[in-house]
Amino acid sequence: MLPESIELIVVTPERQLLRQRTKEVQLPGADGYLGILPGHAPLITELGIGELSYHDMSGKESVHLAVLRGFAEVLPDRVTVLAETAEFAADIDIARAEAAKARAEKRLASGDTNIDWDRVTVALQRALIRIQVARKYRGVPVDSR
Amino acid sequence: MPTLLDFRRRIRSVKSTQQITRAMKFVAAARLRRAQEAALAARPYARELARVLRSTMSRIVEPEHPLLAVRPEERILAIVLTGERGLAGAFNTNILRKANEFFRGHKGKKLSVIPVGKKGRDSLKKAGFNLISEYINVLAKVEFATARDISTLVTDLYSKEEIDSVYIIFSEFKTVMTANLVVEKLLPVEAVREGEGAAAGGTSSQVDYIYEQPEEQLLDKLLPRYIETQILRAMLESSAAEHGARMTAMESATKNAGDVIEALTLHMNKVRQAAITKEIIEIVSGASSTA
Repeated sequence: MLPESIELIVVTPERQLLRQRTKEVQLPGADGYLGILPGHAPLITELGIGELSYHDMSGKESVHLAVLRGFAEVLPDRVTVLAETAEFAADIDIARAEAAKARAEKRLASGDTNIDWDRVTVALQRALIRIQVARKYRGVPVDSR
Repeated sequence: MPTLLDFRRRIRSVKSTQQITRAMKFVAAARLRRAQEAALAARPYARELARVLRSTMSRIVEPEHPLLAVRPEERILAIVLTGERGLAGAFNTNILRKANEFFRGHKGKKLSVIPVGKKGRDSLKKAGFNLISEYINVLAKVEFATARDISTLVTDLYSKEEIDSVYIIFSEFKTVMTANLVVEKLLPVEAVREGEGAAAGGTSSQVDYIYEQPEEQLLDKLLPRYIETQILRAMLESSAAEHGARMTAMESATKNAGDVIEALTLHMNKVRQAAITKEIIEIVSGASSTA
């Protein structure tokens, strides 16, 4: 018999962010998004940089989080997300993310050969996803400009 | 013979010291609570990560990874976690004594140190150890980023085969009064300790997972994370232990100041009484001589 719901657990090194029963979870896997329904086969994946969303028990409301790298373990009735950082859309400071984005873009545009490309591109991606998630949640079009 | 005024002055000075130690005790107590909460909050991640790592390792027949490579221990690196400030009783002394014990036990090997915390940095520098790097002013607010920096540094050195093993020496918070001094081997990663996640994880390490990425690739990502969480945990424990030690030290200092005040007051009253008695005798004998 298939389980009725999934227990979604999101933990970061600093704290446990979330522990809740859900109907459906979407994860940003390193190789693409994964949709998880109750009864999914056991799976372990690396996470990319992206948006994690889940539907609550009524299936109506969906909640969004910006997630940055880490791992996820999927069991038929449980999803454990070990993220390096995770933030609820409502908690994201858009101004800070915009500033980070501008900083990263400036560094990339500077043409300086000494910059750490990995770090800058990750910083940029991370700023972009935070802005995207925050905007979506607050009902602002993702590309408002 | 000290006069009454001298006593009053001393009592006032001890009292103000007592006020300071009492305030420091309350500050330490508040910080201790926060540190304990942080240590508690960091536990689920460490537990789940250890579980995932264990199950991944068990899937790979012969796990091979630079961080798993065992070499003869010739060049040893020790990460020593102390406090940033003094006035914490024997906290810093104890951990440094433990570190010295460790160094003596590995005489003849090439030793290098990464101190975390100002007190350890100062002492180890003076003792002439080879400091690879130092992290100071990071323990007031333990952040994951710091643990990551340290971890990146040591895993890099280890992968490049510049060091053969890494140990971490820190105080583990037991109770407010006591802390365990711990020496833990960080690298090479030995078989992940059983039991750490067994209580919560149950038997799930036997589950036959689908791996989205090849196991080796996952292991490559998991191992550095594991080191990071180990360092983070040590930092959180050490910080909680430091605040606990400071709280205890300040509490006994406050109590001692109280004892001193009491003794001084008693003495002062005796001196005052003696002076009064002397005056009465003088008056009485003066009166009797004129009578």
